[in-house]
Amino acid sequence: MIVADRKSLQEILAMVEDNKKILIAGCKGCVTVCNAGGLKEVEILASSIKIARKKQDSHIDIDIEVLERQCDTEYVAGISEIVGNYDAVISLACGVGPQFLSEMYPDQTFYPGVNTTFFGGATQHGVWEERCAGCGTCAIHNFGGLCPIARCAKSLMNGPCGGSSQGICEVNKDTVCIWDSIVRKKMEAGKLADLIGVKGIKNWRTARHGGPRKSIREELVQGNI
Amino acid sequence: MRLSYPADVKIIQVPCTGRVDILHLLNAIEDGADGVYVAGCLEGECHYIEGNLKAKRKVEYVKKTLTELGIEPERVQMYNLSSAQGARFAEIANEMVLKIRGLGPSPVKKNHAA
Repeated sequence: MIVADRKSLQEILAMVEDNKKILIAGCKGCVTVCNAGGLKEVEILASSIKIARKKQDSHIDIDIEVLERQCDTEYVAGISEIVGNYDAVISLACGVGPQFLSEMYPDQTFYPGVNTTFFGGATQHGVWEERCAGCGTCAIHNFGGLCPIARCAKSLMNGPCGGSSQGICEVNKDTVCIWDSIVRKKMEAGKLADLIGVKGIKNWRTARHGGPRKSIREELVQGNI
Repeated sequence: MRLSYPADVKIIQVPCTGRVDILHLLNAIEDGADGVYVAGCLEGECHYIEGNLKAKRKVEYVKKTLTELGIEPERVQMYNLSSAQGARFAEIANEMVLKIRGLGPSPVKKNHAA
């Protein structure tokens, strides 16, 4: 899923400081799962903003909506009749949400309420870790199912660098050297030879280096199948 | 026992403090309460295993939120006592009321309470 962290209250309060009536739009997708922008977080943010504004003796009306997803126009269209009623809208969806909203409702102001961080998963309750860099050319099968693109600080393809020490990356003592893990896994499986052989130069054009990406599924473009 | 405790305290009963939500605490502050405290069972003695521990984490979350908003986090507290400790209940009520009186009225203006 896409993982996000809510922005600080101070940053969000500064965004809406001139507004008297706002909508907070959550999303039932990834940000609900990572506890950043679902119904609960929307309600907590609404209450927090109201407390801050009452403290300043400055009234604000806040309505809330939680869309099925903010990355599908059919759901974004669900607020078409109310979106014009507000001075601004805070979206607690990932970075896709406020953009889809802005594109559909060009006259409204949309603020991002979260910082979108990475593609990852929960390794324990409350802890999410990056697992995918969305490079567009998945090759994790070559590395024992562990991705060196997303999980090596240098995205190395042919083994660890000199900064690997006792299984830890020199960039951060809390970061595992994924190449250490890859090599250990292959050794345990008796398949270390799989890693012999230089991997060819990676084509980064499928990653962000080739500019914004688009995925077209012709059979779906033509209609439901 | 007929112990008295300050009339400032409004009691809201819940089946277990695990039922208390972050929003209950925030909404109380939002609506002008000068302070809120959660009186849960003793740690390790929750009938539902960890309801009081969950409440403790929620209270900590609200304290952090209040700090971020420039409001004294002491306005929200967690206490633990058993249902047999009537005297302790009255003592906690007095303690909390004294603490809140020391802090003064909530900076959240009641005239804007929705």
